[in-house]
Amino acid sequence: MAETIIMTGNTAAAIAAKLCQVQVVAAYPITPQTSIIETLSQFIESGALKAEYVRVESEHSAMTVCISASTVGARVFTSTSSHGLLYMHEQLHWAAGSRLPVVMCCVNRGVGAPWSIFNDQQDSIAQRDTGWIQLYCRDNQEIIDTVIQAYRIAEEVYAPVMVCYDGFVLSHTMMPVCVPDTETVNSFLPPYKPHTFLSAEKPRNINPVIFPGMRHNSEGVLCDGYMEMRYKLQEALEKARDVIVSVGMQYAKLTGRDYSELLWRYKTEDAEILLTGMGSIATEATVAVDQLRQEGIKAGVVGIRAYRPFPRKAIQEALKNAKALIVLEKDISYGFEGALCSDIKAALYGTGLNAPLHNYIAGLGGRDVKAREIYEAVKTSLEDMKSKKAQNKTIWINCRR
Amino acid sequence: MEKRDKNISAMSTPAIGEAGKTGDWRDMKPVIDHSKCIPSVKKRAACYLCWLYCPEGVIKTGIPVEIDMDYCKGCGVCAEECPAKAITMINEGDDNG
Amino acid sequence: MPENIFKVNEEEYMLPGNRACQGCGLSLAYRYALKALREDTILTIPASCLTVLHGLYPTTSVTIPCLNCTFASTAASAAGLVAGLTATGKTNTTVVAFAGDGGTYDIGIQALSGAAERGTDFIFVCYDNEGYMNTGTQRSSATPMGALTTTTPILTKEQNKKDMLKIMEAHDIAYIATTSPAYPLDLYDKFVKAKRIRGTRYMQIHVPCPPGWGYPPRDTVKIARLAIETGVFVLFEVENGKFRFTGRSKSLAEKGNRLPLINYIERQDRFKKMSVEQLSRFQKFIDNKWHEYIKKAEA
Repeated sequence: MAETIIMTGNTAAAIAAKLCQVQVVAAYPITPQTSIIETLSQFIESGALKAEYVRVESEHSAMTVCISASTVGARVFTSTSSHGLLYMHEQLHWAAGSRLPVVMCCVNRGVGAPWSIFNDQQDSIAQRDTGWIQLYCRDNQEIIDTVIQAYRIAEEVYAPVMVCYDGFVLSHTMMPVCVPDTETVNSFLPPYKPHTFLSAEKPRNINPVIFPGMRHNSEGVLCDGYMEMRYKLQEALEKARDVIVSVGMQYAKLTGRDYSELLWRYKTEDAEILLTGMGSIATEATVAVDQLRQEGIKAGVVGIRAYRPFPRKAIQEALKNAKALIVLEKDISYGFEGALCSDIKAALYGTGLNAPLHNYIAGLGGRDVKAREIYEAVKTSLEDMKSKKAQNKTIWINCRR
Repeated sequence: MEKRDKNISAMSTPAIGEAGKTGDWRDMKPVIDHSKCIPSVKKRAACYLCWLYCPEGVIKTGIPVEIDMDYCKGCGVCAEECPAKAITMINEGDDNG
Repeated sequence: MPENIFKVNEEEYMLPGNRACQGCGLSLAYRYALKALREDTILTIPASCLTVLHGLYPTTSVTIPCLNCTFASTAASAAGLVAGLTATGKTNTTVVAFAGDGGTYDIGIQALSGAAERGTDFIFVCYDNEGYMNTGTQRSSATPMGALTTTTPILTKEQNKKDMLKIMEAHDIAYIATTSPAYPLDLYDKFVKAKRIRGTRYMQIHVPCPPGWGYPPRDTVKIARLAIETGVFVLFEVENGKFRFTGRSKSLAEKGNRLPLINYIERQDRFKKMSVEQLSRFQKFIDNKWHEYIKKAEA
């Protein structure tokens, strides 16, 4: 029987890994992720979870252990934040290039210098192009549900999945979470079947040096060049959109919680002003929307669940009637604008939608961003957008210049 | 249609001659004088230091000792290590040796 | 003539027609290491000369399964293999990491220290060719003093070689052994032994590199042998903390007839700019190490 327990986001993540019966865990402590691996250590040392726990000396090694353990057929889990994730960068590419279904929680935190232990999403956004699927959660329920779905998605697509959620805002905040029972998770998640199985019996050299061009193997079979390998990864991530949706639907059937879309909507049916964002900032925007609606402003929220693969069509569909767009995000692509904003604009290119768009850079390094401030920002933007010169702007919210 | 590999990640399988016929790399080649070579002289399995020290593993123990010239890179270690001085390195093309 | 040549596993796991250079010291050592490790082994190797020897996709020159890993991650990659195999119930497979000196002394040291401290059940092999040879002979912390490399092209390397073996000894691991391609049977025996031991095992092979060290390929075994004869490289084992000389180094220790360093230096172009002062410092460095070893052996 499913049970509702009040817990932090990090506990939810650890319980999810346990429910998925991960076989190898390798992680290195970093705030605000640490309590996930502390909880998993408890599970493993008490015998509640039968898994190998490799207490590595760095995040680079944590991801490496996940890569090689996955190559010999083990289901693996790790989690990290901020500099830990950046330190893994090389291995993130390696995991994706090896097409391994590694699942990792990224508890989003700002990146130094200077040091910040507080939340923003610069860390995971900076890993956008590593070939990982990136899913963002808006509350602790989504964390447990997304980790469980992540294994299904990863093991079907053969691509690693990063489950991202906001440090402290979710990781250390208690919320009621409905925990699915073991039988439900078992029926949802079949055992991991590796695509390339490295074993002592079969001589294979995995991930060797590859030429630009295609080459024949000793049996005359034409094998990929580097470019073909990369195309297959791109194809897999494009295909992952459908997989995420179908996995979400099956999960919804078992739990009654809706994951049938790559994004989620709040009061969008008649909305003319659409706010978008990922993670808890989008949740905060729903409160702002309620305030705006009290004043008769038809606002709604489109929250992005899947950032990679980017839900191009779903976004086009969800935003098609917008008269104004507000993109809220906790990251910045220095020298341009927010990364999500660029992607949304790219998705809308050629659709004929030419609504004014204001990009709000918010909450960097844990700077508080309240619903009231989002509400005020939207009001200011709507006034501003009346001017032809202010159709497209990047604004730093709660930041003195 | 040509058979295409279906693997989604790069996975090599073993075969001889991955770098081609590496015998082509030689500028000098080893020639064994079997009248000096210990196994041939003693008419029994013996010595085989050329086999032991060959970095390529292209020397066959037996009577007589044989070198796989398709893949011998011509490094000359066997000639240096032969205790009977039975192996000499000669220029490729000088086949009177 | 070594009689035990006939006990060596006849199977060749490193196939002919591979991409290793003419007279490659690694190639010779690898042949025997693989013969000793044989089946029920999984290798993991970082970017290095060995990657090249293993061959370009889609063909490999090695018949033992291998997982390529990134430069800094070798020992962690091995740890992941061990964890994955244990978790899936395959406990009879020996995991062997094979890295160059760059992948061991330098960029790989953190992961290696971590894996050794955890007592990971694997063999870590450092094939030490004393520089970044795969990228064309740059200085590493294993490069000896006085050597020319492309990153010490005029003044030569100023510092002495790092004592990696001492660092590994400080980890109190199950087994440490040094080997040389000049003594393939000693190398073979040590790998056979290492395979039987459980826990972290560290092996270091001193592999001469004809293009990197500047000597004719035919001299690979001679140079490797001279390294032992002069005490530049010493054959020994450390088992359960107990040090003992082995093979040729043992008889050198007993008879005290090491050759002077110059015999080794003069045959290699990389030392052609070595000053007299450097030579004497290098000699002193080797003598000091040698006496440390003698003391350890007597202890």
